[in-house]
Amino acid sequence: MKDFSREEIDYVLDTAEKLEPVARGEERSRLLDGKIIALLFFEPSTRTRLSFEAATQRLGGQVLNLGAVEASSVMKGENLADTIRVISNYADLIVLRHPLDGSARMAAEFASVPIINGGDGSLHHPTQTFLDLYTIRRESHLEGLKIAMAGDLKYGRTVHSLCHALSLYGAEITLVSPPELRMPQEIVRDLQKNKIKIRETDSLEKIIGDVEVLYMTRVQRERFPDPEEYEKVKNRLRVTGDLLKNADPSLKILHPLPRVNEISPEVDSTPYACYFEQAFYGVPTRMALLALATGVIE
Amino acid sequence: MKEKRDLKIQAIENGTVIDHIKAGEALNVLRILGISSAFRATISFVMNAPGAAGIKDVVKIEGKELSVEELNRIALISPKATINIIRDFEVVQKNNVVLPSYVEGVVRCINSNCISNSSEPIKSKFSVLQSEEEGVTLRCLYCEHVISENIAENLL
Repeated sequence: MKDFSREEIDYVLDTAEKLEPVARGEERSRLLDGKIIALLFFEPSTRTRLSFEAATQRLGGQVLNLGAVEASSVMKGENLADTIRVISNYADLIVLRHPLDGSARMAAEFASVPIINGGDGSLHHPTQTFLDLYTIRRESHLEGLKIAMAGDLKYGRTVHSLCHALSLYGAEITLVSPPELRMPQEIVRDLQKNKIKIRETDSLEKIIGDVEVLYMTRVQRERFPDPEEYEKVKNRLRVTGDLLKNADPSLKILHPLPRVNEISPEVDSTPYACYFEQAFYGVPTRMALLALATGVIE
Repeated sequence: MKEKRDLKIQAIENGTVIDHIKAGEALNVLRILGISSAFRATISFVMNAPGAAGIKDVVKIEGKELSVEELNRIALISPKATINIIRDFEVVQKNNVVLPSYVEGVVRCINSNCISNSSEPIKSKFSVLQSEEEGVTLRCLYCEHVISENIAENLL
């Protein structure tokens, strides 16, 4: 995500906005007519894969799916570089999801067609960041945004790259997490170098009245050796109807999903809830990225 | 006494002398240059030799002039090293090592989940940065992990 300038991000988001009626099925498009998009998902990610499929088909393109890794040449010991070289001959663009860090960069070295990183390893998931930014722009605003990121800020890759991208727009960022799951200090330092205001807390109650966007993430049980600790943390970082009594009326709550219990179901029907719309925005955002990467939109 | 000294720092006729290596790093210098038992030239080295600026290591490679690109890799572990090219017992060229901006296939990424540590047909690639606060740091061009200390321990 760090490879993108603010101007480039804006251009992707502008394109997504133009394509949104197509994503909703209100208009038809043949932009990807005759194009084949290969989806190489080496680890399961139903949501990302389906939204790429929906994006391709809404634009009139065809999808080529790797299928189950267990039934593919990967199980015969083929390396990723060879797989990429072969699939490059079958498709006009490859979307890659792979468990190793840096796999998308390596794939780009071997591919003769564009690669879109659909999530590699534990570090990068740039199309998620684009859709988060698009959601924020559509439902709130990007410039000088007061945003709180809550939950697992240590391992959560979506919050790391989102923070970096928001720093290009001069955000004020509040980090809400238990001490065990604080944002890595090198990322905090990087953000501060970009003159971004950062504050850290462990309580949603203290800050809920003072933010325009609350970006929730899931706290995973396996991060805690002690189950009791997990239970305590889980309940402290929970969005409920009660908590939202003190919220700014314009507050929007985002979540990359799936959620477990960090947002209570009673919140779903409030005007604050934005996470299902956010999941939809994955489609126009990925349409924009597919159209720009294949060159059908310049 | 004179004889012993000559044995220790014997002059070479032709080749490369790497001087002012950070004390204790001579073996790592050989590693970073890819010099192994298969290397045919005569190598001699001195560790912890007294010098004007404290103790240092010196490596001499006889009969072979290494390329600037190879020699500059030494700056990753010993930025103050100097390179002397010797021809007919004379120093014909003397340079400081210059930190390269990019290194390939020299250092292993410390991130065990990095694609460069898998069986893919690629070499590790790093951009090299230097700052006053952190000294020399390497950033993996695949996974972006940063190596800021113990670079020598991660030599390939």
